[in-house]
Amino acid sequence: MGAAMLSRTADHLYWMARYIERAENMARMLDVTYRMSLVQNAAQSEAALWVPLLHISDTVEDFHKAYNEVTAHNVIYYIAMDSRNLSSIYNCLRAARENAHAVRVAMSSEMWENINSLWLEFQQMDKKLILDSGLSEFCDWVKSRSHLFRGVTYGTMLRDDGFRFTRLGGFIERADDMARLLDVKYHLLLPSASDVGGAVDYYEWSALLRSASAYEAYLKVYRDAVMPLRVAELLVLRHDMPRSLHACMDELTTILDQLTGDAGRECKRLAGEMHSSLHYGRIEDIFRGGLHEFLEAFLRQNNRLGVEIQRTYLNAPIINEPEKSNVGELQSQG
Amino acid sequence: MASIDYKNKLLAAFDESVDSKKSVRQVYAPYADWLASKDFSQLAQKSRDAELLFRRVGITFAVYGEEEGAERLIPFDVIPRILAASEWGKLSDGACQRVRALNMFLNDIYHGQDIIKAGIMPESILTNEMYRPEMQGVDVPGGVYAHIAGIDIVRTEADTFYVLEDNLRTPSGVSYMLEDRRMMMRLFPELFRQYSISPVEHYPQLLLENLRAVAPRGTTSDPTVVLMTPGAYNSAYFEHAFLAQQMGIELVEGRDMFVKGNAVFMRTTEGPKRIDVIYRRIDDDFIDPLAFRQDSMLGVPGLISVYRNGGVALANAIGTGVADDKATYTYVPDMIKFYLGEEPILSNVPTYKLSKEDDRKYVLDNLAELVVKEVQGSGGYGMLVGPTSSKAQIEEFRLRILANPDNYIAQPTLALSTCPTLVEQGVAPRHVDLRPYVLTGKTTSVVPGALCRVAMNEGSLVVNSSQGGGTKDTWVLQC
Repeated sequence: MGAAMLSRTADHLYWMARYIERAENMARMLDVTYRMSLVQNAAQSEAALWVPLLHISDTVEDFHKAYNEVTAHNVIYYIAMDSRNLSSIYNCLRAARENAHAVRVAMSSEMWENINSLWLEFQQMDKKLILDSGLSEFCDWVKSRSHLFRGVTYGTMLRDDGFRFTRLGGFIERADDMARLLDVKYHLLLPSASDVGGAVDYYEWSALLRSASAYEAYLKVYRDAVMPLRVAELLVLRHDMPRSLHACMDELTTILDQLTGDAGRECKRLAGEMHSSLHYGRIEDIFRGGLHEFLEAFLRQNNRLGVEIQRTYLNAPIINEPEKSNVGELQSQG
Repeated sequence: MASIDYKNKLLAAFDESVDSKKSVRQVYAPYADWLASKDFSQLAQKSRDAELLFRRVGITFAVYGEEEGAERLIPFDVIPRILAASEWGKLSDGACQRVRALNMFLNDIYHGQDIIKAGIMPESILTNEMYRPEMQGVDVPGGVYAHIAGIDIVRTEADTFYVLEDNLRTPSGVSYMLEDRRMMMRLFPELFRQYSISPVEHYPQLLLENLRAVAPRGTTSDPTVVLMTPGAYNSAYFEHAFLAQQMGIELVEGRDMFVKGNAVFMRTTEGPKRIDVIYRRIDDDFIDPLAFRQDSMLGVPGLISVYRNGGVALANAIGTGVADDKATYTYVPDMIKFYLGEEPILSNVPTYKLSKEDDRKYVLDNLAELVVKEVQGSGGYGMLVGPTSSKAQIEEFRLRILANPDNYIAQPTLALSTCPTLVEQGVAPRHVDLRPYVLTGKTTSVVPGALCRVAMNEGSLVVNSSQGGGTKDTWVLQC
């Protein structure tokens, strides 16, 4: 086989990685909110604590179609298990496994077995127990399975375009999730931009950092109290922080350059533009223009990049869905 | 302690492991000793280990009519079927001989039709539903039609083997031959040190060689071979993916391909790429909506026109169904004599055609002793096994036959050989069959191994996976 690969195969790999990454990020946000709820101060209502999760995943409206009330239990179920929520961890893992199943040939058998056993384990879990008392354990499980899958991908997959499209999906999704998380949390924690550098609710800011596995990194880099400006700097601009927007764009530009063929000029241009604004940007300037405005613009660009990747590389025009009956039955007899 | 003593079981048929005096046959002797050193619970544990591993690897099949995405395992039995080198020699020679004759028959029926002119087969074969007039006069590369053939063989006595059926369209199951072997080596490595077992692992490479050998002339020296699947929801999808991976070729669906000029291309991230050989695991009817079923969403419009003009090779060829039809089956021994000038090494099961008046009368009078099958049925559906059916079932089937007698054939109920099998109560005899996979490219050959299907229910003669059948690893001994 040469370097070229089936567009459909690239598409499945890309979305497989996106869904795994999304599941991981949903688990991170769910866990951190849950932990916050355990040290909750009396002034904050249950709804105020949990609604942001719905904002991040853009599911506020759909949630209210399914439930009357924003309670911890309802939101947890909706984000973790609900089949009606397209971004629920349940649906992300299912979609990741289905995409993998469709192209199991394109990955190493270790990768396939890993993602298949992830799905089998998930199906066998006691869902009620998770909701009652085991939520943190469940979130840890999702995170560690995502780490494991990333590890087996790095450790076993041939470095061809299949590998690159897999990583591309992961970083596009991570950039999207991180920007949303920051945007919503920042909005919530800082009602007006003038508060920057003002009073800090230690728990909330450290929770945000923890959800990005960035708490220890923050302490190491800044050796100081948790400050909103620095939290933003760490998660937006620091290239050495693996979940920051800058780190995601570093990876995306590199991967796009490595793809074979000349089709991706516009993808590379878009990614380069985003990358340079992060590479040369200063956090003070970003705050002057408004972090929210900056993140919104970033989300728009990231979305455009995703659409362009889809159009350039992945879209074999899909004519139909596979038919289920009567085709290629085990030819056999009694 | 486990053993093949079968307790008080009556042996109704030839048993692969013990003779009529219940002493262990030579090929099974080392296995029986090994078995005697094991507890039943140890074997049962191995069996559960195997199930877990199969599930994790995703060696599953989809079942029609069940909930979407339902995936089931085919039961795997941890006790192997063991064949002596001499037994295998006869089986493999016989299977290859058959496939050579069948390929010559297909070439003949789509060209000069000498076999009809010679009066050996009736002209009515040309009105058979599986005969494809579109293929008349078309030259396929190397004259090969059935590149992959699954020959179903059963045993009734030490030296008596019958061919039950030739599968020449899209025979499946070879992945179980390979995965069962891998599983046995993982579960019981010590047995592989004791026995000298012929390897089967090179099957995918041999298949790829054969597929490359039929690339249309004039294409590149490094032909592009792909495997075409109906998609991830097909019952045999695991096998399609497995074989594509083992051969290192692309697994494509109809929507990944398109026709331009006299060539077939696939859509890649770098633009269109030409395809030379398609190993298709999709039925004739669905392969090209312009040529066959217009409502097929799975095929590639225009593919057949390119194929007929020699722009791409298909394996198996279009129209092989006319040779594995149950009505054609009865003529295979005559084909072997006619085309090869040889005596058939393997016998056919005596077959009654219900289209013939004498045969019909005999069959209707003896339904309780016979097996009746639909001419084009498969998967063990639409058949009557007289001895294990109730009076009511037989009478119901009689009405179906009378409504359309031409649609049925009948055969005596064969006492399929039994093989020791792990069941809930211990080790017990269960009926088995055998399907070697015969490959044809430049030559015809077969790897020393086969899919062994086992009817897991006591007394059952139906080995199909869709009817509760399981599989066993088949060991062909090297000496």
